[in-house]
Amino acid sequence: MERTALPRRLTWQVATAVEIVTETPQTRSIALDLPHWSGHRPGQHVDVRLTAEDGYQAQRSYSIASAPEDDHVVLTVERLEDGEVSPYLVDELRTGDKLELRGPIGGYFIWVESLGGPLLLVAGGSGLVPFRSMWRHHRAVQGRVPMRLLCSARSLPLLIYRDELTQIRADGVEASVTLTREQPEGWRGYRGRIDQDLLAEVGWPPDERPLIYVCGPTAFVEATANALVALGHEPDRIRTERFGGTGT
Amino acid sequence: MGITRNFRGRRVPADPGRVPPGQYVTSGFPVLSAGPTPQTPLDRWTFSIRGAVDRPVSWSWDEFRALPRETVTVDIHCVTKWSKLDTTWTAVSVDTLLDGVETGGAFALAFCDGGYTTNVPLDDLRGGKAWIAYEYEGEPLEPEHGGPARLLVPHLYFWKSAKWVRGLELRDRDEPGFWERYGYHNYGDPWREQRYQGD
Repeated sequence: MERTALPRRLTWQVATAVEIVTETPQTRSIALDLPHWSGHRPGQHVDVRLTAEDGYQAQRSYSIASAPEDDHVVLTVERLEDGEVSPYLVDELRTGDKLELRGPIGGYFIWVESLGGPLLLVAGGSGLVPFRSMWRHHRAVQGRVPMRLLCSARSLPLLIYRDELTQIRADGVEASVTLTREQPEGWRGYRGRIDQDLLAEVGWPPDERPLIYVCGPTAFVEATANALVALGHEPDRIRTERFGGTGT
Repeated sequence: MGITRNFRGRRVPADPGRVPPGQYVTSGFPVLSAGPTPQTPLDRWTFSIRGAVDRPVSWSWDEFRALPRETVTVDIHCVTKWSKLDTTWTAVSVDTLLDGVETGGAFALAFCDGGYTTNVPLDDLRGGKAWIAYEYEGEPLEPEHGGPARLLVPHLYFWKSAKWVRGLELRDRDEPGFWERYGYHNYGDPWREQRYQGD
């Protein structure tokens, strides 16, 4: 039986950036060394708090990109143009820098083997981040639940985890990519936005009752979840996480 | 806590008396939901008060819309850190709905289309502190923001302002709702930064 509540108080701790990987021009993955970490479940997030010299603080939430089995907790952060914390994390933070963090947070948008499947993960842009935790966990526990992934990006250079997506296909995850604005010559993946037809083509038939996770910007999640319901998937088999900017 | 090297922040000038700790002001209206947006035809919509009451009551959409309405302008604070100031809603006061309802219960569990629930002490819903809102800035409340109607409890974090609300179950004993069972704070006072259990 999965825990449905956080068992203890979430206290702030000081994390140290130990490795930084540039994923795309807007996105970096930051591996953190944490003094106290009792593990997380794939799909959970953390709160990050930055403090300026005069004591001014800013907090934001970020999904965990690493599996519980990985050596470090990794956050993948996309720079939001009107952002306050993300530009610092993407443009300024260096290896060895410290920041405050608390977590893990959230107990609904998670996947562990005991929740079963088959699984369909649908991501828009950096909505892929929590799914990286899920597919890495799936591989680490040699999961038997069939996993399909559909993600959309504006162009190939803006797709995060490109190499890893190739690798997970070799591991048996049926990963599909659609590029919405620009496709390289010879592109053999999908083109255009995720819609009902594409979800019907790459997803599971509704009568297999897949467990579906959708993550991305609000408009993406609204459209995708509505399309899945229209295809006949049960609303309570669809879990959503919306993020990115604060809309207008 | 130590200083974050070279972090200055991008501060939005705001009255500190209106922005709780750890929050930032946004002009957008972000959305947070655990699942798909429910679609309930208005001719099948009702709002009910049930549970520890002498007699359950229920309103159809037309009956609900005929109740005395108020226009309220309030600040809202989401646990995901954004605050939005001066939001204007057309709403029915929960006081109006509870008028004439006899209850010994001290707690309410709001229930919603899609299965979402949230718990609020009854005292926090009374005395001009809570509403059932069906218009935002003079327009019908959009489904992704909780339409046709949502609970509005602006003095608590916004997850307590349940979207797609269909009624209140009054209870003698408190019972955690959806997010409260997943580790979020049982009460959720933004001014005391009660985001998660133990805060």
